[in-house]
Amino acid sequence: MSEHIVSKKVYFVIFGALIAGTLLTYVAALQDLDFIFHGANTVVALTIAVTKATLVVLYFMHVRYSTRLTWVIVAAGLFWLMIMFALTFSDYFSRGWLSYPR
Amino acid sequence: MAEGHAITHEGAGAQREHHAHAALAHHFDNLEQQREAGTIGMWVFLVQEIMFFGGLFLAYTVYRWQFPAAFVAASNHLNVRLGATNTIVLIVSSLTMALAVYYAQTGSRRNQLIFLLVTMALGTTFLVIKGIEYYDKYRDHLIPGSLIPGRPFHWDTVQHPLPIGVSEHNLEMFFWIYFAMTGLHALHMIIGLGILAYLVYYAYKGRFTPEYHAPVEISGLYWHFVDIVWIFLFPLLYLLGRHLEH
Repeated sequence: MSEHIVSKKVYFVIFGALIAGTLLTYVAALQDLDFIFHGANTVVALTIAVTKATLVVLYFMHVRYSTRLTWVIVAAGLFWLMIMFALTFSDYFSRGWLSYPR
Repeated sequence: MAEGHAITHEGAGAQREHHAHAALAHHFDNLEQQREAGTIGMWVFLVQEIMFFGGLFLAYTVYRWQFPAAFVAASNHLNVRLGATNTIVLIVSSLTMALAVYYAQTGSRRNQLIFLLVTMALGTTFLVIKGIEYYDKYRDHLIPGSLIPGRPFHWDTVQHPLPIGVSEHNLEMFFWIYFAMTGLHALHMIIGLGILAYLVYYAYKGRFTPEYHAPVEISGLYWHFVDIVWIFLFPLLYLLGRHLEH
């Protein structure tokens, strides 16, 4: 069997990081970070969420130890998600840029 | 892969020379190939799920961008303690699911059953807490539209005055998105519980061994994916305006 068995210790370390991330998200959300730049709270919250999701994908879902084909499929999913967001927002953000008679 | 496999064709069926595992489907060379195909199949499904939930996250982003003040006011109406508790519950359930997979891989039927059942208990806890939250929204007339006949959406402007430039419909939009996203997530949890029940039954029968445990492994992928969705839902729905609360 070429299957990689992730040790219990790794699972517990990742679990600890996920719990710490959750507490950090909560504490950070109560602070007004708008003095850094407008919307900094959202950026911090999403950064922690992406980090947590990455840990789950790599270790709980074993992608770190999976074949390259699995990597390609995961990356393709994220890539297409980015296309959906980028193209949609290129529309929404630019709607007010041109003024034209109604 | 064909070399080394002496395949003899006899009548309608081809028989493999090697003594095949009972769980090995006829169209795979060996269990390793079968397991790999299953993992990739589940990942392709999960990529579809990313796009499925992605559409809702996109709708959330568009409307939050259009009605920022309404989203803050409506979000601060959610019960952040219950939301945070559920986040912890789901993360613990992901750990227990990972351990169930571990004990399937290492061949401990007893521990595998224990952790599958603990995962089911945690999943049920999540749904009960979600149900309490939904009931609170029902009580406060915050179920959007006319989903509940005779109980339309109504924002209590006496207790919670509308922020400047915010209409009741803007607040209602937040709750449409809240119920669509958490509802779809809860549906995934219910389906996950069904899958876990199936695993418990076959684990009890001793079907999963260190050689064959692909169903436990790929069900784990599904369970962790549902956890990831919540990892994003919790800050985006419950925490987005907490820093502006006084």
